[in-house]
Amino acid sequence: MAQQLLDVKDLHTQFFTRDGVVHAVDGVTFHLEAGETLGLVGESGCGKSVTALSLMRLIPQPPGRITEGSIVFDGQDVLKMDDDEVRGIRGNNIAMIFQDPMTSLNPVLTISRQISEALELHLKMDKSEARKRTIELLDLVGIPSAKKRLDDYPHQFSGGMRQRVMIAMALSCNPKLILADEPTTALDVTIQAQILDLLKNLAREFRTAFILITHDLGVVAGMTQRIHVMYGGKIVEKADTAELFANPKMPYTWGLLRSIPRLDEHRKAKLVPIEGLPPDLIAPPPGCRFEPRCQYRRDVCKEKEPELKRIPNAKPDHEARCWGTQEGGWLVDTDWHREIGDTRVIEEIKKEVADLPAETKKDGEEPPLPPPSPVN
Amino acid sequence: MLRYVIRRLLLIIPTMFFVALITFSLAHLAPGSPFDRNENRPLPQEQLDKINRYYGIDQPIPVQFVDYIGNLLRGDLGLSFTRGRPVVDLIGQGIGTTAQLGVQALIVALAFSIPLGIVSALKQNTPLDYLSLLIATIGTTIPSFVTAIFLIYVLGASLHLLPFVGWGTWQHMVMPTFVLALAPGAFLTRITRASMLEAIRQDYVRTARAKGLREQSVIVGHALKNALIPVATIIGPATAGLITGSFIIESLFNVPGIGRLYVISINQRDYPMIMSTTLLYAFVIMIANITVDIVYGALDPRIKVS
Repeated sequence: MAQQLLDVKDLHTQFFTRDGVVHAVDGVTFHLEAGETLGLVGESGCGKSVTALSLMRLIPQPPGRITEGSIVFDGQDVLKMDDDEVRGIRGNNIAMIFQDPMTSLNPVLTISRQISEALELHLKMDKSEARKRTIELLDLVGIPSAKKRLDDYPHQFSGGMRQRVMIAMALSCNPKLILADEPTTALDVTIQAQILDLLKNLAREFRTAFILITHDLGVVAGMTQRIHVMYGGKIVEKADTAELFANPKMPYTWGLLRSIPRLDEHRKAKLVPIEGLPPDLIAPPPGCRFEPRCQYRRDVCKEKEPELKRIPNAKPDHEARCWGTQEGGWLVDTDWHREIGDTRVIEEIKKEVADLPAETKKDGEEPPLPPPSPVN
Repeated sequence: MLRYVIRRLLLIIPTMFFVALITFSLAHLAPGSPFDRNENRPLPQEQLDKINRYYGIDQPIPVQFVDYIGNLLRGDLGLSFTRGRPVVDLIGQGIGTTAQLGVQALIVALAFSIPLGIVSALKQNTPLDYLSLLIATIGTTIPSFVTAIFLIYVLGASLHLLPFVGWGTWQHMVMPTFVLALAPGAFLTRITRASMLEAIRQDYVRTARAKGLREQSVIVGHALKNALIPVATIIGPATAGLITGSFIIESLFNVPGIGRLYVISINQRDYPMIMSTTLLYAFVIMIANITVDIVYGALDPRIKVS
């Protein structure tokens, strides 16, 4: 077994807002080996991005705070480091690629300045070395005539090209881990494929460990070795990528899989959405967090929260947080392709959502951001 | 870029013409004339007519205007009606003082407003932020002549700490400079705070932090440059504010600059003085605005000046 690069245990990140404490990440545990690729999947507001930001201690504070847990990276607990030590890791050992390349680059600084900054800081390069390395990096990520474009500003690049620049920036100091937070969401489908290819090849070439965060199971399919599905601030299913697609065990994962459009489907076939809304993370449901939206629910789901446990008829490292699919559950033998659950339950969920006042419908849709400041 | 500057400079000419036209009309339409009879000037009518003829104000106003523009183009600004000396000399005497006062005030305003705005944004909703907001609110809401009179009363007349009449030593400059700087400084503080608050919430600031930069480099290197773009655009109008503010301040503190000269010449209906000072101010404001536009293009690569 390769050396453990990252070991996250019982991570809790909370946001203290006027309406209450938002439990954005609520006891997340996972690990990553050197050079391994992991997909973190879930819908908006399930805590994926907050998990990633927590790993680099980039949670805006206040209102956010990591309240519990440990993040051991390369043998050191990131949460116990002082600010200087954390800065030594950021961009150097752990790098991040953000979702929106349009806003993640500084509009008033040249591309070369933004990439060489980290090189000068972490690798102690001088200006001309950093510049040379920046050209190499831009070549590497496939920016044509990198030498000429070095002193261009972000607005002179297209979205896909900017994301390449972001990738070059992330790779600049040969990090051991790259966190890619929805790296292709803001791009159109063709460019998306190109960027994913690029990431895949670079990860292989440099043996960099990757955490790919996305809401799109289709994106992680060909990219990662393992997948963790998140829901309501918790990991609800862990499995090998192949295993997860072949033998998913959590009704939430089933829902995600059903909502991916397929090329071989009949044209008129409708996508099956997951009815209902993501849970309110200020006051999450007491039982299973997915219970209010689950078509296969039973009374036990409402009463007690299931543990993340291994599954009887699956690979040994396949775990799910579901009473139904665990040992002795009523879903162990359910074929999710055939049985879409109890239609009366679906109608019930639909009705509940329709009855909600418009305001509460928005709750939990977006990860909590710092409250808007009174700008004068 | 060069073409842009040339075009902007050429546009000054028609603007100046209209400024001249409007000022000339308004000045002459205002009741009274420079040589009205009063207790101090009990002149007989024929002598008045003679004076009016000498200065050319017996002509119809349009004719006078054409004459004035003609002289102006030849570089002749005319004689001051009340002082009997060439306007050029009078302006030349005062302009240094006014420029010094204006530049000092601008420097003071920038020197306190930008740091204050930045600190205020970084320490948002702390006592420090509220204090700076309080100062900024006072600075924008209380008119400068009120502040001036207050300071004259307290620091000058009561405590005798600073002289408040005239100009020359640094002590003379303290109060006028401070009072003049207050309003634009307060305004710039608020603008800096608002745009800094916006800048530090941007994604690229998070990117900069994710690179492992020190907080100081993140703020100065990444946020500040973006935050200063809107501030720079305000400096143009702020310069105009400094200029118009200096009329009052110069009069109150008896500073021998052209601001005071301007106010006096308006009261005395000294047409050539009014015209020349107005045109000079208009020119300065236009140059300030052009400069700001050019600087704006240099600060923000997304703006192409053309």
